[in-house]
Amino acid sequence: MSTVVDIRNLGVSFSTDAGAVKAVEDVSISVERGEVLAIVGESGSGKTVTAKTILGLLPETATTKGAVVLSNREGTRESDVISISKQKLRDIRGTDVAMVFQEPSTALNPVYTVGWQIAEGLQAHSDMSKKEARAKAIEILGRVGIPDPEVRVDHYPHQFSGGQKQRVVIAMALVLDPGLIVADEPTTALDVTVQAEILDLLRRCRDEFGTAIVLITHNMGVVADLADRVAVMYQGNVVEQADVKTLFAAPQADYTKALLAAVPYVGHGTVRAAERAAARPTNWTDQPPVVEATDLEIVYPGRFGRAGFRAVDGVDLVIRPGEVLGLVGESGSGKTTIGRAIAGLTKVTGGSLKVLDAEMNGIRERQFRPLRSRIGFVFQDPASSFNPLLTIAECVAEPLVIHGRAKDASSARARVNELLEAVQLPRAYGDRYPHELSGGQRQRASLARALALEPELLIADEPTSALDVSVQARVLELFAELQREFGFASLFISHDLAVVDLLADRIAVLYRGRLVEEGTGTEVLGSPADPYTQRLLASLPVPDPVAQAERREELRRLREAE
Amino acid sequence: MTAASVTQAPPRRRLRDRLPVLHQLRQSVGLQRGMLVAGLIMLGVFILCAIFAPLIAPYGFAQRADASGSFGTQQPPSPEHLFGTTVGGYDVLSRVVFGSQTAILVVIVAVTLSLFIGVALGLYGGYFGGWLDKVMVVVFDAIYAFPSLLLAIVLSIVISGGQSSLWGGVLAAGGSIIVVFIPQYFRVIRAETVRIKAEPFVESAKVLGASSTRIVFKHVFRNATRTLPLIITLNSAEAILTLAGLGYIGFGIEPTAAADWGYDLNKAQSDVTSGIWWTALYPGLAIVIAVLGIMLVGESLNDLADPRLRARRRVSQASGQVAETSVVPGGTLTAGPGGIDGLEDGETFDEHGIEVKR
Amino acid sequence: MSTLDTVPSTEDLPAAGRPKPKSSGGGFGRYLLVRFLLIFPTIFILVTLVFFLMRTTGDPITAAQGGRLGPEALAELRAAAGYDRPIIVQFLEYLGQIVTLNFGDTLTTNRPVVEVLATYGPATFELVFYSLIVAFVVGIPLGLFAAYYRDKPQDAVFRVLAIYWYAVPIFFAGLILKLIFSVWLKWLPVAGRASVGAELQMQALPNKTGFYTIDALMTGNPAVLGDVLAHVVLPATALGLLTAGIFLRLVRTNVIGTLATDYVDAARSRGVHEYRLLRKHAYRPALIPIITVIGLQIALLLSGAVLTETTFEWKGLGFILVEFIESRDYVAVQGIVVLLAIIVALTNFIVDIIAAFIDPRVRY
Repeated sequence: MSTVVDIRNLGVSFSTDAGAVKAVEDVSISVERGEVLAIVGESGSGKTVTAKTILGLLPETATTKGAVVLSNREGTRESDVISISKQKLRDIRGTDVAMVFQEPSTALNPVYTVGWQIAEGLQAHSDMSKKEARAKAIEILGRVGIPDPEVRVDHYPHQFSGGQKQRVVIAMALVLDPGLIVADEPTTALDVTVQAEILDLLRRCRDEFGTAIVLITHNMGVVADLADRVAVMYQGNVVEQADVKTLFAAPQADYTKALLAAVPYVGHGTVRAAERAAARPTNWTDQPPVVEATDLEIVYPGRFGRAGFRAVDGVDLVIRPGEVLGLVGESGSGKTTIGRAIAGLTKVTGGSLKVLDAEMNGIRERQFRPLRSRIGFVFQDPASSFNPLLTIAECVAEPLVIHGRAKDASSARARVNELLEAVQLPRAYGDRYPHELSGGQRQRASLARALALEPELLIADEPTSALDVSVQARVLELFAELQREFGFASLFISHDLAVVDLLADRIAVLYRGRLVEEGTGTEVLGSPADPYTQRLLASLPVPDPVAQAERREELRRLREAE
Repeated sequence: MTAASVTQAPPRRRLRDRLPVLHQLRQSVGLQRGMLVAGLIMLGVFILCAIFAPLIAPYGFAQRADASGSFGTQQPPSPEHLFGTTVGGYDVLSRVVFGSQTAILVVIVAVTLSLFIGVALGLYGGYFGGWLDKVMVVVFDAIYAFPSLLLAIVLSIVISGGQSSLWGGVLAAGGSIIVVFIPQYFRVIRAETVRIKAEPFVESAKVLGASSTRIVFKHVFRNATRTLPLIITLNSAEAILTLAGLGYIGFGIEPTAAADWGYDLNKAQSDVTSGIWWTALYPGLAIVIAVLGIMLVGESLNDLADPRLRARRRVSQASGQVAETSVVPGGTLTAGPGGIDGLEDGETFDEHGIEVKR
Repeated sequence: MSTLDTVPSTEDLPAAGRPKPKSSGGGFGRYLLVRFLLIFPTIFILVTLVFFLMRTTGDPITAAQGGRLGPEALAELRAAAGYDRPIIVQFLEYLGQIVTLNFGDTLTTNRPVVEVLATYGPATFELVFYSLIVAFVVGIPLGLFAAYYRDKPQDAVFRVLAIYWYAVPIFFAGLILKLIFSVWLKWLPVAGRASVGAELQMQALPNKTGFYTIDALMTGNPAVLGDVLAHVVLPATALGLLTAGIFLRLVRTNVIGTLATDYVDAARSRGVHEYRLLRKHAYRPALIPIITVIGLQIALLLSGAVLTETTFEWKGLGFILVEFIESRDYVAVQGIVVLLAIIVALTNFIVDIIAAFIDPRVRY
């Protein structure tokens, strides 16, 4: 084995308005030929900066020290990316090292065909003719699993689906046969079923092309699925480096331990749900439901007389008082639409949706407004769900002021302080502006605002998907605690089965606007009946390399069975 | 919005950081600071001229003679008349200085009125939509796409019948500029309102049951008007140019009523052909200084407001503190280094088309 | 491998499940049609606006002859021209005329406004054409340079230059250019579209077009062509530099925006040369918004043309418009203004179609 890239004592700083910020402090990592090294860390750990340094892609505001020594596939040439000339850097980009980006839809230039973009890389490094380059592009597209590559080579990026775009990006990286591919969160923007396929493809890159991969990710499941070796980064430093099996089995650094403990694991929540179910009174199911949807249909109108988009198609569901319903689905499944319809943000176009005994189909805002004090809502993105010009205390006081429980924000302060304490935020944070809080803190404040009027129903729309794993764990815990304390019913929307499993009493699975399966966690996750649920479950990588290998086999069997 | 402000989080920023222009001046570096300073100086000269015109100008703007007799026409620059005299026998320097008053008056009238009307309509249209909004969009788009000088000409005819007193001229120029500007403010504010309306914090207020009035005034208004200072500078520059343009093609203010740079340039047209340069040069330079000053300030402020366009001081090799994991704005999993990606918000350059219309 | 993700319909929806604001379906033909139909309300609004605004000052006869004629003579003239009827009737009649491309007769010269357009239009067209060439040749490359050297001294120079070109009133620039190059240096003619001799030669042509460049070519006399081109240099520069300043700023900001995108980084990671990144990857996507805004500049160019033509006695629509204003011939003014409105609406339509054609997301 020989080393493909050797990072020695790398340090990177950025100049910002607040002065210099150090992103990477002192990192030494090396990657061997044909090996997948995962660099794991949460936001701010410096993992992406480290990855971009390997290609010399840092912005001009960055300054670097140390060395990043890259060798070519044959091992005949070595170059230090940090000190070589621009011309030399261009020569090694694409041939010695290539990159796969996080968001495939932005990594492809929208105004050129994919074939043109693949050929461009080829022509930048050789005197290849247009015809040859095109043939090569068709070949590589076929190899990464794009059907009909002869036709697709002339298509523009917007004509591909998200997963296919990522395949194209990978094809572009592979076309010059580099010894190393840097993949920066290559599956984060994708749905979990698509993610499994892209991970398969990356595995093939290593096995068939013999390419080494530096995999940047925050997802321990992805690490367990693909990596051979893992480097854990925290605050600009590598805190631990180990073989993947060793790392998961016996983590050494405290941070690694905490990180692994924070990862939700499918099946962990079922016990808790069973306990809660056992504690309920026998006539509990007879209570009138908080939310009841029958044959619910939501169609978004089309523009200029085009056919509308049917986001929700004949869904039946019930949420009873004090119950948490987990709503799971991939993007486009209609899960968010249902949440918005219950909150009166989206119009119901067919069927019936009863919220707190009010029929939402055809309701007027004026009739619904009094009911709003009984419903809370937590949004996905904590960064944008607060008015940037108001302090946290003013934001949390909003519901109290609107529904006449307080005259203004300052007279509501005592109650606001109580609420902040309930969500474990220091009182003093009330005087801060939203941008002065971290993502997790903001999401706590968001919970405080949603709970200010002690609602009977709380809708949480992917409340933790924008948060780091360790922060997510704390917020989920808080959510469970608050639910116990306040006893509200909840619709908990998420794309992550493991997260839903932690909290939900019952789980409903949506697929393209239809409800394909519903039941308790044990039923849905233990023995899924619907083929989509089965595939969804099998696609979810578990943070354990040994178990994940088995799971992968199962997914392969499922696919073959289809 | 910075990583460091999170760790200490002072409740309020210091005064010198909150004063609009001063804060940006301190924040700027290198060439951007140079542009801002140059702009501020030119703008300062313009405003001081307008305020102290009677003290600075040697003669009145309508004065053609003093104790020692008539000034004479088209006299070259001399100690008595530093910038020479015009074909009408006025002192060029005095008219240039007094012209700044007229220009500022037009800017104030035009920008304030169009601002109020445009912002109000934009907020209404953007938030409530409906048929009235659609009608406004079509009407204002039509006006926006139309040569504004022609519209100004038509309005000038309507308002003053073509020529006039100080206030007639100011209102004619101002009025026509207002009609041309309202669509611009409308477009900008409407687009911002539509964007902000879809922001989770507005939806959040809606879910809480806030009334539309409360949402519009408490949540939308102040967020939507953040881009206004830049547009105001650009429109002020346009207002001066439109006034001058109107004056130049013969809709100026009579020389006895007020000093109008455009009018003077109109009268200087034939002078140029015969090589008399001072009657055209100085009023023209006055317009350039006023407009350039305003535009430089506007452009610099725009750059400084956009993190992507703002230049920063270089840092020494790998220095600084490592950012705390918890301080990433937005806390996205995908962000790179702490606080760095968070600085780059997803703003687009869409609205830049607006600043380039006259 | 399975092809689970070949169905684009679900994944391509944004996470919130809301439909995209700009749907890419529906086809180019439909877009074209919708965009074309939008021309008509635009023209209607402007015609209405101009008609009623002009009428608030009274009817054209009173405006033109007021004070010169007695009340009876005035009333007679007004009745003859139909100005004594209810204004709404007059408006409908006017709309009817416009549909048949009849913009009325001028009062002062008693010629159809359409004929005025045919006589003076080519001059304005020629001026705008040449100044656009100046604007493109100067503005776009400098904008690219400025974006490439952003925040470096070169960039600062170009930007200040752009702002300066914009800040200088076009007529002032014209006067100064004239003063330097025509009066002092005597390199170029002072005013007009051609010297008298050249004009006479062109007037003698049997099938003259009014476009002097074409007419000069038809005379086959290089001296005539040289004379015509010498006359166009200063006006086209004055008008072109203003527009060049705008293009420069526009190209610079948009290209800086696209240079910061992932796909530029992606191309860079393939080893693509920086120069090519700028030319191919950053410039072309940036071009789409640029073209749209350039379309809006046609209005600015026409405003500028009015001022430039006055400065250089360039006998185009702007020049004649100012003459009509001075003689208070408001029928002619109204006719020319409405005609220009139609031209602007049509130009914007064409430009939008070009922009859409460059954007494959609309085309397919």
